[in-house]
Amino acid sequence: MLSPESLKKIDREIAKYPPDQKQSASMSALRIAQEERGWLANETIEFVAEYLGMPAIAVYEVASFYNMYDLAPVGAKKIVVCTNLPCALSGGVHAAEYIKKKLGIDFNETTADGLFTLKEGECMGACGDAPVLLVNNHQMCSWMTEEKIDQLLADLKK
Amino acid sequence: MTVQGIILSPDLDDDRTWRIGDYVKRGGYDALKKIIADKMPADQIIGEVKKSALRGRGGAGFPTGLKWSFMPRAFPGAKYLACNSDEGEPGTFKDRDILRYNPHTVIEGMIIAGYAMGCERGYNYIHGEIFEVYERFEEALQEARDAGLLGKNILGSDFSFELYAHHGYGAYICGEETALLESIEGKKGQPRFKPPFPASFGLYGKPTTINNTETFASIPFIIREGGDAFLALGKPNNGGTKLFSVSGHVNRPGNFEIPLGTPFSTLLEMAGGVRGGRKLKAVIPGGSSAPVLPGSVMMDCTMDYDSISKAGSMLGSGAVIVMDESTCMVKALERLSYFYFEESCGQCTPCREGTGWLYRVVHRIENGLGRPDDLDLLNSVTTNIMGRTICALGDAASMPVQSFVKHFGEEFAFHIEHKKCLVPKDVQHEGSKIYVA
Ligand SMILES: Cc1cc2nc3c(=O)[nH]c(=O)nc-3n(C[C@H](O)[C@H](O)[C@H](O)COP(=O)(O)O)c2cc1C
Ligand code: SF4
Ligand code: FES
Repeated sequence: MLSPESLKKIDREIAKYPPDQKQSASMSALRIAQEERGWLANETIEFVAEYLGMPAIAVYEVASFYNMYDLAPVGAKKIVVCTNLPCALSGGVHAAEYIKKKLGIDFNETTADGLFTLKEGECMGACGDAPVLLVNNHQMCSWMTEEKIDQLLADLKK
Repeated sequence: MTVQGIILSPDLDDDRTWRIGDYVKRGGYDALKKIIADKMPADQIIGEVKKSALRGRGGAGFPTGLKWSFMPRAFPGAKYLACNSDEGEPGTFKDRDILRYNPHTVIEGMIIAGYAMGCERGYNYIHGEIFEVYERFEEALQEARDAGLLGKNILGSDFSFELYAHHGYGAYICGEETALLESIEGKKGQPRFKPPFPASFGLYGKPTTINNTETFASIPFIIREGGDAFLALGKPNNGGTKLFSVSGHVNRPGNFEIPLGTPFSTLLEMAGGVRGGRKLKAVIPGGSSAPVLPGSVMMDCTMDYDSISKAGSMLGSGAVIVMDESTCMVKALERLSYFYFEESCGQCTPCREGTGWLYRVVHRIENGLGRPDDLDLLNSVTTNIMGRTICALGDAASMPVQSFVKHFGEEFAFHIEHKKCLVPKDVQHEGSKIYVA
């Protein structure tokens, strides 16, 4: 179900915790699984559960509690823009509006070509760099002016 | 980072100086080496931390030395340490820069804490959204292991300590210390009832101490230079320097490490002053959960726990959110209320239902559908939340509402009566445009 590379990464995470506390690796295991599969289907969650020796429902609870896991398919590039107050004071909402216009979609929508999904995010701990956005959870982009957004979208299309 | 601080300084760059070699050149790991060489007694370390008047930098400002003394050092069996780098309080971005520019000072601080409290293992819980920082921290940990500073028999002594990084994945509530422990245990991050407190029942049910990133980062200096030296940097009861994350309507947003007790006006100047020469309207001095204060009140404050608390707010995490005259206070509160509603873990009815009520009422006022008794309603909802929940998120959601209504009640009343904002929409729009310094 998951590649040998992913399993190796998960094993490395398991080793961080006491031998009888394997379930502590559930968050990183789900993250690694999502990196490989794009999103977390029920089968993927069940596989992770089995791998960690946990009940599937316990892993599903984790996957559904934390916002960065996707329990439904998303576009190849998921863009999350922070619109919380500190960012909003420095253009967070304007940046989000600009992206919506450029992609022709609203929050929680995916472009017809399946390339982009846009979401609204909460504080990413980078408020001094507003506007900020995250691409596929791990790539943080700071000081996103309209020109930089144009550039980013062009790069992501490649 | 414009001043020379003890944690961050302008000569730290993004790709080189965070490494262990550079850290050692700056005097890094000297404190740990001294402890090991002198076989320094744990009580002496905790005594220095007490003398320093270091107060927790995560929000509550609890004296660190006192917290450490609660750990049952002689308790047989596992004891744990956790570092709270879940920084999700809107306005706060200091821990990210500490981990990015000076990760080894956090590692050294945690090793010293582990030594002082007899912990065998620690975890640094890092906010999921700063994943690149998490990866760097993992690298820094490996450097420390390779140098014999982590693991078995540190520097040839009989002290052993393991340290690992654990990442969050998008849940503000995991910054609450018991939710954080649940999350390290691989569960959803729902806060636990207290008592028992983590010092007796923490991670995996074992005694655990949790401190903020910046708290640990202050420890090496305190041991190297002495608690008195740290205290002298700040003011009595408010020892040391503190990082302030300044965001919002200023010309140069960023982190500034300054002595506690520095006037707010100086900090505002360091951040380049209010944007576009506009007038200061309001400041949230300690992260979104702290009560808002009118700009004029803030201008008379110094940046320390006691002064901000006397003015009616909290120093909290040190996140200073600056709002100028182009800000609609109803809209500002609407966004914060949405955040708490969205992030409530749902365990307690007053918080789960109450945060929804707060958001919906503020939302309707902002959208011209407010009713004459809505301000009373808001106040009554907050009093029904506060003090009736498992964790402090309920209070954190209520305090902004109470303080916005208290200080800017006329603006709320205007919305309700005239069904529109007091600050014209185009002024708001102009004031919140994309701004890059
Ligand atoms: C809802 C909520 C969110 C919190 N978020 C954080 C956080 O992101 N970082 C942090 O250090 N403390 C946070 N805290 C405070 C922690 O519970 C805890 O008091 C702190 O980590 C203790 O460290 P300190 O004594 O060094 O400040 C939060 C508390 C609550 C109630
Ligand atoms: S106060 Fe809110 S966030 Fe805290 S435990 Fe209760 S429901 Fe969860
Ligand atoms: S408010 Fe957007 S990153 Fe903090």
